[in-house]
Amino acid sequence: MTKKYVGQRMTRTEDPRLLTGQALFVDDVQIPGMLYAAFLRSDYAHALLKSIDVSAAWERPGVVAVYTAEDMGDDWQPSPPNVSPPPGMEGVTFNSRTPVPLVRDKVRHAGESLAMVLAESRYIAEDAVEDIWVELEPLDAVVDLEKALEPGAPLVHDDLDSNLAAHLAQGKGDYEAAREQADLVVKRRIVIDRGAAGAMENRGIVAHWDRKSQHLTVWDTTQSPIPIRNGLAAMFGLSSHQVRVIAPFVGGAFGPKIMMYYPEEVLLTWATLKLGRPIKWIEDRRENFYATTQERSQIHDAEMALTKEGRILGIRHEFLHDTGAYDPYGLTIPLNTQSHSMGAYDVPNYYSDLKVVFTNKTIVTPVRGAGRPQGIFLAERLLDIAARELGIDRVEIRKRNLIPPDAFPYEHKIIDQAFSPLVYDSGNYLATLEKAAATIGYRDFVEKEQPRLRAEGKHVGLGIVPFVETTGVGPYEGARVTVETDGRVSVATGVGTQGQGHFTSFAQIVADQLGVSPRDVHMVTGDTAEFHWGTGTFASRGAVVAANAINAAALGVRKKIFKQASKVLDVPEEDLELVDGHVRIADIPQKSIGLGELAVLANPLRGAVEPGTEPGLESTDYFGPQYGATANGAHALILEVDPETMMIEIKRYVAVEDCGTVLNPLILEGQIHGAVALGIANSYYEQLIYDENGQLLNASLADYLIPTATEIPVIEIDHEETLSPLNPLGSKGAGEAGTIPVPAAFAQALEDALYDYGLEILEMPMSPNKLFELLHGHDA
Amino acid sequence: MSDQYTISVSINGTQYERTVEPRLLLSDFLRHDLGLTGTHVGCEHGVCGACTVLLDGVPVRSCLMFAVQVDGHEVTTVEALGTPDDLHPLQEAFREAHGAQCGFCTPGLLLTLVPFLEENPDPTEHEIRDAIAGNLCRCTGYQHIVDAVKLASARRKA
Repeated sequence: MTKKYVGQRMTRTEDPRLLTGQALFVDDVQIPGMLYAAFLRSDYAHALLKSIDVSAAWERPGVVAVYTAEDMGDDWQPSPPNVSPPPGMEGVTFNSRTPVPLVRDKVRHAGESLAMVLAESRYIAEDAVEDIWVELEPLDAVVDLEKALEPGAPLVHDDLDSNLAAHLAQGKGDYEAAREQADLVVKRRIVIDRGAAGAMENRGIVAHWDRKSQHLTVWDTTQSPIPIRNGLAAMFGLSSHQVRVIAPFVGGAFGPKIMMYYPEEVLLTWATLKLGRPIKWIEDRRENFYATTQERSQIHDAEMALTKEGRILGIRHEFLHDTGAYDPYGLTIPLNTQSHSMGAYDVPNYYSDLKVVFTNKTIVTPVRGAGRPQGIFLAERLLDIAARELGIDRVEIRKRNLIPPDAFPYEHKIIDQAFSPLVYDSGNYLATLEKAAATIGYRDFVEKEQPRLRAEGKHVGLGIVPFVETTGVGPYEGARVTVETDGRVSVATGVGTQGQGHFTSFAQIVADQLGVSPRDVHMVTGDTAEFHWGTGTFASRGAVVAANAINAAALGVRKKIFKQASKVLDVPEEDLELVDGHVRIADIPQKSIGLGELAVLANPLRGAVEPGTEPGLESTDYFGPQYGATANGAHALILEVDPETMMIEIKRYVAVEDCGTVLNPLILEGQIHGAVALGIANSYYEQLIYDENGQLLNASLADYLIPTATEIPVIEIDHEETLSPLNPLGSKGAGEAGTIPVPAAFAQALEDALYDYGLEILEMPMSPNKLFELLHGHDA
Repeated sequence: MSDQYTISVSINGTQYERTVEPRLLLSDFLRHDLGLTGTHVGCEHGVCGACTVLLDGVPVRSCLMFAVQVDGHEVTTVEALGTPDDLHPLQEAFREAHGAQCGFCTPGLLLTLVPFLEENPDPTEHEIRDAIAGNLCRCTGYQHIVDAVKLASARRKA
């Protein structure tokens, strides 16, 4: 197989449709007789539902139905959890509480749905929501993580005796002994707060139960159509073959669209089965701030023990992780945090005690980064403080601790989010860090540029941080590759696409295996009627798991092509090659057969076939990695800050990425740009602000500041490439990498810029307001 | 109940006469009454810019307008710019520079940029970023969008 297309900066096959507004998004689906859903959502974060009167809503012309929890009867039940519960491990407590379709007894977060209205138009449905009378008795809200665990705190879930959702402690070596031997122990409290994924397209669902064909079709902005389909079939007593879930073009996802099962997914399905009419619900932006999941809130009490040469002897952290009102996503995020709390370093002793806390806030499930940025932030902040106290250059101290290139596979001896041992498969962390330092001009900046600018009174700082990213996790994905009778190739895989360019990058793999142009490969993603085994697009795994499944299926077709062609051309298989859509005898272009023709021959309309023959030129295959591949990188930035206005300007931003084999560098760059932009947002612009009553104070884009083109700098990208030994393509994921080190690098750069103020930045997100407060606690 | 108004509006050069409620948003009128789903809705509070269309050649947020307000006017949506087989030069530049990822914010961006480039055929990077500061994109980090605009403007010069 020649590598002609993999690695090429190919433009995307799907772009002409997207650029001309001809691509189907969920809200574009229009079915005759369609009803529109609107929800009455609680204004209170914590309240008892005393009574609800929907009679006036029923009266409104155009309203077809109004449902409450009571109307659902025995159909009312909490959703199944998103991930398998933790295995019964000693010392692990886990209380599973999943979202409910409609509030039945009490409200647990602002925005939780109390009733659903179905009407002939969205406008009438929203009018009817206003007709509903509801009596809620407010309760004290649980908001602060520490107060939530104090005895006597109000309970989010009354059947538990506290707000502790989970508890897990793990470690390796002996941190206490390491601490005794240390020359320096750095101990700090680190606080990270919530941000939203903020995809430009809000969530949406169209559910259509067709009584005559006894078939359910659901269009959903989900990242995981297959589990949604399986879950809905099971919930409503249908055969999985009666259910088709389609994730068409999706306007960005970034994590929250993989949460299952959102109340709306359950309710719309329940209602369409009941009424036999198609139903549409499109979330509006305000709803998105309440009803779609969020992430990042944690409080760490952390310490790092080091020798005077800056060698890390151990890390210990106790932390609280906010899961919001329910915990459908288990321990994934905080386990990811633990997996990244040692950074890219060789840390012999580690101890972490994690407590997950229920609060009266929107549910927390992964947002791009998924707990990893918090871990990296912790490790890098402590190390920066240590570097300062020990008088060691911050790049030098990192070099002294990086896992060396000959130490792979590196066993961390702690468990990861899959409850398996955490192993880093490959990498050259030193090369990555050095490349970042060289590209940003570290030496020159620190020794010449910065002193010169400081002498002019400017506050300019540099931040540089290496990081790792666990990617490419299982369990598996699958794909089916088929040669069509016109010589084109069609491919189906279960993962969905939300802008990652799968239609192109995956086609490049098939093109190399089968000797066709990627433009002649027709790709289908996210449609359970086309492919129904797999889990979804998440955790930076498409380029690893789905890509390798596609590669394996393409290889299967390649073998069938050679076997078939060998018979047809009467030539041994070894003498054949695939070029330009034809199978030919190597170097004899005249003796060839087109793939389309071969496909026809492989599927005869009459006659006998040999036993064991499979018709056509088609192959289905799967890939499940032994464990997740670990990518790595290093980011460096230079910023200037005005200590009077708190305004910042990022002068340069460098991202060095090692994600193993790169399928399409153009697409990869786009992924890194977007992820870094989110990382910058997480560092200085975006924070979801809840008050003590659990009210979200900035639930609009006017107050929740998604950065624009004037805030995001030019991002210079460079690469290292250490192939992963864990899969045939040698690839590692990269979708989230850009977000992971940014807050840590940003904090370092800000402290460096404001060197004369002696700041320590231990919280994220920062903001102009917070910086102002910090500076005024420290006068230069 | 609500009054109904008959409006007459030219959309992408075609004249339409429709009867609508006064509170029907222009974005909903375009997308659902006329089936022109290329214009997308991201926030309905005028911040994200995804719903941008041209009203008599000037970019407006269609989520902040009512259909009745465009009675007697001309509206241009992304469907007027090009087709998959015949891309507008700006769309072609976006394709080459990878200026779109999920594609949701893209139509709004294109409609913002077309008049911008008419008036500023040779913009600097700073001017481009300023011009699109009213269009949020969560996928691209804006860089390839800026590259696309530079490519398009360089081609116009040539």
